[in-house]
Amino acid sequence: MAGARRRRAAPFPDSFRPFSTVTINEIHSRLVQQFGDQITGLNATATDPWIEVAPARWDEVALYLRDDEALRFDSLTNLTGVDYLETDPKKAPKFGHEPHLEVVFHLYSFVHRCRLVVKVKLPRWKNDVPGEIPDCPSVAHIWSIADWHEREAYDLVGINFTGHPNLVRILCVEDWVGHPLRKDYEFPLEYHGIRGK
Amino acid sequence: MTWIEGRFEENVITTSLEQAINWAKQSSIWPMTFGLACCAIEMMATGASRYDIDRFGAGAFRATPRQADLMIVAGTVTFKMASRVRRLWEQMPDPKYVIAMGACTVGGGPYFKYGYHVVKGVDLVVPVDVYVPGCPPRPEALLEGLMRIQDKIKAQRITKGNASQLPVPHHSGYVQEPEIVTV
Repeated sequence: MAGARRRRAAPFPDSFRPFSTVTINEIHSRLVQQFGDQITGLNATATDPWIEVAPARWDEVALYLRDDEALRFDSLTNLTGVDYLETDPKKAPKFGHEPHLEVVFHLYSFVHRCRLVVKVKLPRWKNDVPGEIPDCPSVAHIWSIADWHEREAYDLVGINFTGHPNLVRILCVEDWVGHPLRKDYEFPLEYHGIRGK
Repeated sequence: MTWIEGRFEENVITTSLEQAINWAKQSSIWPMTFGLACCAIEMMATGASRYDIDRFGAGAFRATPRQADLMIVAGTVTFKMASRVRRLWEQMPDPKYVIAMGACTVGGGPYFKYGYHVVKGVDLVVPVDVYVPGCPPRPEALLEGLMRIQDKIKAQRITKGNASQLPVPHHSGYVQEPEIVTV
């Protein structure tokens, strides 16, 4: 007994796949097959390969990503709003991006053990009217963690998530003006009498 | 304890009322249990056994402003928090003292230029007695700040009223009550 080393059983059953075998190209072709021109881009060479989706039917795409048997992205690990804008006119020619907003979704599938990054590109202002924040379909009913993440993105970057159950500011005060993480945001000079600069 | 030396004669202490009162006051400055950010960790270290703020009679952190004499504003004060800080200060009974602990409360600190949400010094909201700079200040620095508060109490004269009155900031950061319209 003592000293007799028993061969350990295989640590995982055969059905277990430690690393994902689903490739980004497979996911992309499945989505294109299902949604056609709604899938507007693919970058398979990035460190985190991403797929770009048009905002119009993003909530349907998200539901498909979650519920399709081959995908099953059951976890939204991160939701970020990004403002692509270079306010410095000297640096603007080298910036390399059209001014726009992006919502970046990091998804994870606990079933297939793979990750996916989805980007939704939005204009900085709806219909190019400054002050009118752009619309993006809410996915709070698909991944419930998106509820607070979308409130944060709305609060700081200024994205109107249509269909969100409770889209109010989560970090700033209720009566705050503007969306502070926009690159062209101007700091308030005072807040209820307290000077800000 | 120099002033008390040689004053014991058959269990009778001779001192002035002023000194006795000030000695009692300065030896029981009870701070409020109140921390806003990373400076609060250093304030907790000051309260713990290694630095032991209780040696100065200020170890009884009160969980209510109504029993506290000292507010140690430990951490970044945001615009959202400013009105709350002001309300806590208003709820404290007189005489009350405020220590601005750390660079953020002294003048905005690292958030001075690019912090859209940070009050540029807590003295815009409440009157501050002692500023303790540092990011965060060492516990020794906070103890030094406390001793400066004690010096301030020691200098009080009961016959001449309050020695110094700090001006209270006009703006409190309160959001105005919305106008209620009844139809």
